[in-house]
Amino acid sequence: MIEVKNLHKGFNGVEILKGINTSFHPGKTSLIIGQSGSGKTVFLKSLIGLHTPEKGTIAFDGKINTEFTTEEKRQWRQEIGMVFQGSALFDSQTVEENVMFPLKMFTKQPEDEMLDRVNFVLQRVNLENSNSKFPAELSGGMQKRVAIARAIVMNPKYLFCDEPNSGLDPQTAIVIDNLIQEITDEYQITTVINTHDMNSVMEIGEKIVFLKNGKKAWEGSNKEIFKTDNEAVVNFVYSSNLFKKVREAYLQEK
Amino acid sequence: MNYLEHVGKYFLMLKQVFKKPQRARVFREALFKEIEELGHKSLGIIVFISFFIGGVIALQTALNITSPFIPKYLIGFATKRSVILEFAPTFCSIILAGKVGSYITSSIGTMRVTEQIDALEVMGINSLNYLVLPKIIATVFFYPFLIVLSMFLGIFGGWVAGITSGMFSHLDFIEGVQLDFNPFLVEYAIIKTLVFAFLIATVPSYHGYYVKGGSLEVGKASTQSVVWTIVIIVIANYLLTQMLLT
Repeated sequence: MIEVKNLHKGFNGVEILKGINTSFHPGKTSLIIGQSGSGKTVFLKSLIGLHTPEKGTIAFDGKINTEFTTEEKRQWRQEIGMVFQGSALFDSQTVEENVMFPLKMFTKQPEDEMLDRVNFVLQRVNLENSNSKFPAELSGGMQKRVAIARAIVMNPKYLFCDEPNSGLDPQTAIVIDNLIQEITDEYQITTVINTHDMNSVMEIGEKIVFLKNGKKAWEGSNKEIFKTDNEAVVNFVYSSNLFKKVREAYLQEK
Repeated sequence: MNYLEHVGKYFLMLKQVFKKPQRARVFREALFKEIEELGHKSLGIIVFISFFIGGVIALQTALNITSPFIPKYLIGFATKRSVILEFAPTFCSIILAGKVGSYITSSIGTMRVTEQIDALEVMGINSLNYLVLPKIIATVFFYPFLIVLSMFLGIFGGWVAGITSGMFSHLDFIEGVQLDFNPFLVEYAIIKTLVFAFLIATVPSYHGYYVKGGSLEVGKASTQSVVWTIVIIVIANYLLTQMLLT
């Protein structure tokens, strides 16, 4: 479980995050949504430790990340899987080498055991027979799947995804969403996704945190987001006619 | 950011670079890859340039010795001294700064703007140590061999130029090459090469690692890194010559 208390973060005197309080639970897919510039990326980067909070705390299973000892920090890093917006695969390495990289860095497993694990996770993300390909030879959706495979190869407790659907066609985006949700459920991972994709919000948002101007403006589930009358959320989520109609249909049905 | 801040940031970067690698096996693999990329793949250009520049030095020296009172063996002597003292260590390092420096900056810079460095950091890997240390060791160990090869080829190029043009004889050239051989000059050239190799690996790494923006900024950083590496090599060359030869 991740607990965020009164999180503040700014750059060059400009406050980006203004006291965020929320929590993310194991086995649940949590989404951070909000307009561009609302602080989503800074929030996600603070969660994964790339930014240090100026005020407030982020606790992982009760332990505050800024108070970790060196050994605890090393251990914590290995419990984190991250899927970056552009996949962030290492260009000079093959799919197999990319996925095997964390195992090589942090375990002393023999090569054949590592290879078995790599093949298992690649199979899990439906990407067999691509071991020897380089990232440049893969489609966007395949790259995302390799990134997910690399993120889960160490059996992480926490999975973070920065806009995993960006640049993907709707069909592939749904495949990626479902894959993340399945993995979250299967391994009881605490998953936090930063997204703009309203399909993801509707489909996999077991918990949604809506940010506006660096503050948490709303929090709820994908069921509750249909019913909310929070003006900022309604204006953001139902900005398209299609989603307005979906909401109306949902409310009429209820 | 002013120059002093850059200098400070560069030394802070080096502090992170010179830490014990997290996994010896991964470090070894990275080192061999860098030796291939930064050393082995530079062999062709160094061989080509050294041979022809050696030839040009010999021909120009021969063309400028018009007085019958100046012995012809001075052509071999001047070629040897020019190649060993300046051409091989300094000129070749400047060529390598252009070739290898732009490669280092663009490869690390691309990793930065495509979040590959963030991915390393999230995994808990010291990205500077993982990316830069193998480059430093590869250049510092491999470039002295390249430079010694360049010395031989430069002198050989001078000899071939003389033989094919008929401007001086084989015996005169060999006599000049053997005249007043001072092994310290080779040591001086190797010391310079070690310093330049370190600069060629670290200055472009600095520019690549701290790049901000997109592909355009990576391109600009590559150009800047080559310019700065050459400027620092030239200054270091002057200082080392002052310290070692005067």
